[in-house]
Order: sequence, then C-alpha cells, then structure tokens
Amino acid sequence: MSVHLLSLLIWLPILGSLPVLAAGEQRPGIARILALLVTLAALACSVPLYTGFDGGTADMQFVERMPWIEAFSIFYHLGVDGFSMPLILLTNFFGVIVVIAGWRSITKRVHQYMASFLILQGLMVGVFAALDGMLFYIFFEAMLIPMFLVIGVWGGERRVYATIKFFLYTFLGSVFMLVGLIWLYLQSGSFAILDWHVLPLSLTAQTWLFLAFFTAFAVKVPMWPVHTWLPDAHVEAPTGGSVILAAIMLKIGGYGFLRFSLPITPDGSSHLDWLIIAFSLIAVVYIGFVALAQSDMKKLIAYSSIAHMGFATLGFFVIFAIMRAAGSDADQQIAQGAALGISGGMIQMISHGFISGALFLCVGVLYDRVHSREISAYGGVANKMPWFAAFVVLFFMANSGLPGTSGFVGEFMVILSAFHANFWYAALAGLTLILGAAYSLYLVKRVIFGDVANQEVAELQDINIREGMILSVLAIAVLLFGIWPAPLIELMQPTVEQLLNHVMQTKVP
Amino acid sequence: MTANDLFIALPELFILGMACLIMLIDLYLPDNRRGIISFFSVMTLLFAGIMVMRWQVADAASVQYAFNGTFVRDSMADVLKLFCFIVLAAVFIYAKHYLRTFNLFRGEYYVLSLFLLLGAMVLISAASLLTVYLGLELISLSSYALVALDRDSRRGSEAAMKYFVLGSLASGLLLYGLSMIYGVTGSLSLANIAETTAVASGNITLIFGLVFVVIGIAFKLGAVPFHMWVPDVYHGAPAAVTMLIGSVPKLAAFAMAIRLLDNGLIPLQGQWMGMLTVLAALSIIIGNLVAIAQTNLKRMLAYSTISHMGFMLLGILSGTAQGYSAAMFYAISYAIMSTGAFAVLIMLSRAGIEAENLDDYKGLNQRNPLLAAIMLMLMFSMAGIPVFVGFFAKWLVIQATLDAGLLWLAVLAVVFSVIGAFYYLRVVKLMYFDEPESEEKVTAPADFRFVLTINGVAQLLLGIFANALIALCIASF
Repeated sequence: MSVHLLSLLIWLPILGSLPVLAAGEQRPGIARILALLVTLAALACSVPLYTGFDGGTADMQFVERMPWIEAFSIFYHLGVDGFSMPLILLTNFFGVIVVIAGWRSITKRVHQYMASFLILQGLMVGVFAALDGMLFYIFFEAMLIPMFLVIGVWGGERRVYATIKFFLYTFLGSVFMLVGLIWLYLQSGSFAILDWHVLPLSLTAQTWLFLAFFTAFAVKVPMWPVHTWLPDAHVEAPTGGSVILAAIMLKIGGYGFLRFSLPITPDGSSHLDWLIIAFSLIAVVYIGFVALAQSDMKKLIAYSSIAHMGFATLGFFVIFAIMRAAGSDADQQIAQGAALGISGGMIQMISHGFISGALFLCVGVLYDRVHSREISAYGGVANKMPWFAAFVVLFFMANSGLPGTSGFVGEFMVILSAFHANFWYAALAGLTLILGAAYSLYLVKRVIFGDVANQEVAELQDINIREGMILSVLAIAVLLFGIWPAPLIELMQPTVEQLLNHVMQTKVP
Repeated sequence: MTANDLFIALPELFILGMACLIMLIDLYLPDNRRGIISFFSVMTLLFAGIMVMRWQVADAASVQYAFNGTFVRDSMADVLKLFCFIVLAAVFIYAKHYLRTFNLFRGEYYVLSLFLLLGAMVLISAASLLTVYLGLELISLSSYALVALDRDSRRGSEAAMKYFVLGSLASGLLLYGLSMIYGVTGSLSLANIAETTAVASGNITLIFGLVFVVIGIAFKLGAVPFHMWVPDVYHGAPAAVTMLIGSVPKLAAFAMAIRLLDNGLIPLQGQWMGMLTVLAALSIIIGNLVAIAQTNLKRMLAYSTISHMGFMLLGILSGTAQGYSAAMFYAISYAIMSTGAFAVLIMLSRAGIEAENLDDYKGLNQRNPLLAAIMLMLMFSMAGIPVFVGFFAKWLVIQATLDAGLLWLAVLAVVFSVIGAFYYLRVVKLMYFDEPESEEKVTAPADFRFVLTINGVAQLLLGIFANALIALCIASF
C-alpha cells in the first residue's frame, strides 16, 4: 500500500496535462491518446484506494501530512474516509468517460480541452482528499479556472454569459467561506479540519460560520434560490463539461456540508436546519415543476439535478428534526433514522452522479448528430436508434427513481428517514417521485417514441461502439447500485456513525 | 562619517556610481551600440544584489544604523531592495524591446530608472524624516522625467505635467506634515520621534502633522481619494515607464508607510488606523468598480492598482508585525504581477502602436498560446484565485484584517475582490473565447520571452511554494 497514493491521484492528472498540452494543436490524435492514457492510469491507481480501504473504521486513511506554510501551520494534509473515498473513485471514473465522450465531438483545440479536464480532475480529487482547510479552499477555488475555460471555449452560443455567471456565482459564495476559514484559524491556531471538528464554539459563532459555509456550498450544490447559474452553465457547456459539472462538481457542495457544516457547526446546523430543509423541499417540489416546463433537454436535466440534489441536502439535515421529534429516550431509533438520512443522501449523490452523467452523455449523442438540444427537434428516435433508445429509457427511469436502479435507493432511504422526522417532509419529498417520473417520461415520450418527426431524425445513425461502451458501463453501474447497494452503504457506515455521534453532542462550551 | 557608514550604504553608493558611469558612457556611444547600456544596467542590478546578499542583515533584531542614525539597514530593507533589483532587471529586459520598437532607445531611460531605484533604496532605508523626503523626491523627480520620455507624445507630456503638479502638491503636504512633527518632537530621527510621541500622543499639532503624512503616503500609493493621477499617468506614459512606475515605487511606498507610520508614529496607531481604514475601503471600492468600465488595458490596470493598494493598506492598518508582513508580501507579489502584465502589453505592441485596447487581446490564444497562458496566470493571480500568488497575498491581508477585529472590512474586501474578478475574467474571455482580429505573429527577442515566461510561471510557483516568501516577509518584522 503506497503511502502517497492520494498525492499520486491528484498530481498524476495535473502533471499529465503537460505532455497533452505539448502535443499541440496540430496533433489532436496524440493529445487524445495521451489524455486517455493519463485518465486510465489514474483510474488504475484508484483501484488500490478501494481495495486498501478499511471499511471497519471511521479514521482517516491513506493519510499524508507535510508542512506547507509553516508560519500559519498549514499542512499538505490528505486523507480519505467513507465519504470522500467513493467520491474520489467516482471522479476518476468520470475522468475516463469525459475523455472518451469528447473523442470525436471536440475538434477545436483538442489538446487544451483534454488538458483542462485533466487538471480539473486532479483538483477535484484534491478537494475530496484535503484535510487542511486552506488546502481544501485552494483546490475548491482553483477548480473554477479549468471549468471556466471549458464552458467558455467549447460551449454553445451564450457561453460567455454562462461561464462568467458560473464563475462569479461560485466565487462569491466561496469567499465567505474563506473568511470563515480564516476566522476558525484565528480561534483555533490551526487549519486542520479535524481539529475544527472538536473546537468548542458559541452558538452565535456557529450560526455565522454555518451561514458562511452555507453560502459556499449551497451555491455549489446548487440549492434553490441560488441555483440559477446551473441551467445556464449546463446548457452552454460542452457534453464533457456538463457531465463533470453534474456528476462531480455538484457533489462537492454536498460533501462540503458533511465535512464542514455538520461537524464544525452542529449547533448552528441544528439551529438553522429549517432553512436547509425548506430550501431542499422547495428544490424537490418547485424545481420539479420547473423541469416539467422545459423545452430544452439539457435544461430539463439541469433542473432535475437541482431537484435530486435537494434530496441529498434533505437527507443530511433532516437528522436534527429526527432528534427533536424522537425526544431523548429513543436513542436507537434516532441513530437509525439519522443514519438512514445521511447514508441515503450520500447514495443519492453517487447515484445521481452516474445517472445525470449518463443523461448528459445521451443528450450529447443526439446533439453530435442533429446539433439541437430542443425537445421539439426530435421525435421517434427509437425507430432509428433502437440501442440508444434502450439506454435513454433506462437512464430516465433511473432518474425518476424506479426500483431496481440506483436512483431508487437513495431517494427511498431519504424519504424513510424523513418519516422519522415529520410526515409532511416525507410526503412532500415523496411527491417528487411522481414529478420526476412525469418530466422524465414526458421527455422520453416526445423524443424517443412516436413517429419519426423530421428528415434529420430519419437520417440518424445508431450509437457506435465507443458511445455504446460508455453508456453500457454507466448502465451497469446504475443497475448494480440499484440491486446491490450494500457494499457502498457498509463502506461508509462507520463514518456515518462517527459523524452522528459527533453531531449529537453540543459544541457550545 | 566613518568607513563603516559607507560600507552599510555600499549598494546605494554602487548604484549611484554606476548610474553616473552609464550616463557618461552613453554620451560616447553610437546609436547602434546602445544595447550595451541595457546590459550594463542589468549587470549593475546583479552586482548590487550580490552586495546586499553578501552582507545581509542576519535577522530582524540586528539593525545597522549609518550617517548619524539617518540611514538604517534591517532585514526588511534588504528583502525589499533585493526584490527591487529583481523586478527592475525584468523591467530593463522588457523595456529594451519596447524602446527599440518605439524609437525611444536612449540612455536616459536607464539612467533615470537607476536614479529612481536609488531613491527607492534610500527611502526603504530611511531612518529620519529628511532621508524619507530625500528618497521620495529622488523617486518623484526621476519618474516625472520618465513619464515625459517620449517628448513628441502629447499624451505623455500632459501626463507628466499632471503628475508633476499633483506630485509636488503632495510632496508639499508631506513636508508640511513632517515639519509639524518635527516641531512637536524636536527631532528628525524616526526612533526619537517614536519615543517622544509615546508621551505626547494626544498633541493636536502632532495629529495634524500625521494627517498630512498619511495624505503624502496615500498619494504615493495612489489610494482613493488621492488617486486621480494614477489613471492618467498610467495611460499617458510609455508602457515601459508605466511598468516601471507600477513596480519599484510601489515597494518603496510600502516601505515609506512602514518607516513613517510604524517606525516613527506607532504611538499614534489608534489615529492612523482609522484614516487608513477609510483609504483602504474607498480604494478597494472605487478601484474595482471603475476598472470595470475601462476599455483601455492601461487604464484598467491603473484602477486595478488602486484597488491593490487598498488591499495592501489592509495589512498595514492593523499595526501588527503579522499585518506588515502580509502587506509586504502583497507589495512584492503585486510588483511581480504588474510587471508581467505590462510585459504582455509590450509584447503585443507593434511598431508605434501600443496594444492598450482590450480588443487587441482577442483570440490571443490562437495567435500565441504561451503568451495567452502567461496572461491568464497573471490575470487570475491579480484576481486572487488560488493557487496563484495573488491569492496568498489577499489571504494574508484578509487574515490580518480579521485579526485586527475588522470583520466588516474583511467582508467588504472579499466581496469587492469578486466584483474585481469580473474585469480580469474579461481579459481571459477576450484571449480565449473570441476569435482573433489579426493573424499577425506575436514575437519578441529571446531574452524577453524567456524572462516573461519565468515571470508568468513565477505566479504559479510563488503560489505553490508560498512558504519561502511568506517566511521571508515574516522574518522582516
């Protein structure tokens, strides 16, 4: 077991971008192959991360710790637990997918496209692996630069508007977190996130800190009402950008809640959990309706992402309501319900990563052929692309939470957990299963089924082997986690329990 | 005056001697051999750097005084001087290309720049009010002349005139303030002034003097509301001179603030903290907002300078060693960033036309990917995005502000850094997202491209390995 495995996973793609860049504009083929090799190597290196991971402990594993900025006790401190390890695997998995997905559709400045994604991949792994507040912030912010370029250079017509909005929105959210992180350092004399977990803080301080973290992560998730950058960014981004945005970047917001908000400010979270629950439920219900009204496929999936991420945040923050509802004597029940919420939220995030990534890839397949994202430009695609239609139907079914797919597991767990807290939370959240099915099936009906709508659809070619391979792998993942989610749940069980023990104790001195 | 005095001021004397020598050599050089002047100047900086390094002051505690306590050499002075040399050497290499393309290649640029450097060094090492003024005037007079270097340019002459009138006014105000402080304390030595003011900190004349001193500092930094000259001078002066004004004098102005406010008037910290707070907040607000409206890169960078100086003041106003080191880090990283940005501007300029319109940057990525990547790093660094050095600078000053208990100011600073990010992003947008208007090759001499590449990559490396520079800055106080 290598001690520097996490460093390798961060720096291999980042440094791997240099030879890709060196390939230059004239040799796109070499750039593609080099990028594929780097991402495959990164994926191969993440296998020992999974096999070497001890699922029986909540401690940080694969820890690396070196002094970085000594004057302010900032460390290059990496480590993973049950929350971050699956997300790192997901990141490296999608790294490969994105390179393959952009194989033919990207023709302009291929080397820069591939290099941007490689750098992005390394930075995202860094976000999940960082255990030092400043290191986390640096990865968190630096990530914006490659994404800014990806949307702006290879995006659609309104790409400049979308990418600047994306950048400024997320930047504005995160600077408040920076102030919060510095404040925590001045209180504790340390930038270590794990030290902050045990730092006693007054309720007022916790409330302000909670809000500082909230602005950063709520924008990233994104939660209603700060979600407006996401549809724009998704619509304008190239397929690969949308995939990474939906599959990984949104998860960073949810991960931030688990790593920062809940453990550092448990009392603040408990104090303001109504805010997050309210926003999550609005996202689930209202955004579901908004999705129903979309005429642009990417926009519909973007709104559906917001609604699904609402489930994750609901699962994370419903735990306080469970505690209050149960009173003090029903410890067992609390632990069970709360654990369901948190693991349900995590499963929802990972499953949504696969499903939304797959959906954006499906749209990308159509867009490469017809160059339109409008639903009305299609109809009867199944007649010409039967294999593709099968995949699309599967992924949209998963998106609407059909049992047997991974989409069902997370939502079901969160709804069960919400029942422990309040019947109405669960009822409202359950509503989304209907809404989700409605907008998903409505889109499938209009795009896939029916008669062949126009000449362009009539000329469609079914997916080739490259596209078929990507979609098959994702389909297997979606079904696998749907039928047999136990390994993933068990993997994060100790981490969830530790978080709950932590959150249940007040930190107010 | 003893031999030891001369030894302590050796780098300054060396620069003085070389400046005079280069002026003489220049008289006898034919036009086609003038490249040697640039070479001599860079060598001068190299040797001056070696002198400073060789007899470096060991730590913050060991301070050497010379010339009856009017000249001081401490570790802050050494570090700042070294960075002055480094930045100026880069400026000289960039400037050679610029002056050649614009037919301005004369020895005066180098001689005046070296005198400006001498002024900066004297100011950095000032231990008495007179030395402060001496250094300051040497910088100012050299830069007035430099701004008017292109004597056929109406814009340049106008800028020089404006700079001269406003600059003299500011010098006058500063001198007035210094005389009041002298009147109350009866001493020119900053150390003595600190002792005396500790007893008489409530004296109204002293506070009056302080106000004028702060105005003088604010003018030299270009802090709002004493910033009016900055956009005009930045815009009007030849790019090589603008680059110079944005580098060494900023380091000197930082030193001037430390020498006067900390070394001399630290007992009045309660008074000047409030004044600097207002200056910093206004600079950050006005600088960032007005920069958005600019379509000319030089003016945009001028307003961005104003906001950067506001950020630097955040570090100084806390009045703690930590804050000073943060401000010093800011000043150094700003000097490096700004020099690089102007170098890109110079490289894009073609015979007789400066690439100062933002539209000139359209599609730069297609014309010269490396240059675009360097500008990208510089812009993100200025915007304060990690992992570039500009982020660490902003982080340190914000940390100092929070440490001083000014939460509102820290929040204001970060919010306006987001607003400021917009105009840096716009440059990136032009370079990467737009199609080029001209297909002309962008080219420059090898030494220019080499230094510029280092300058750009330094943004990244100084960020990733920020520890060394942070430690150096902290050790200075």
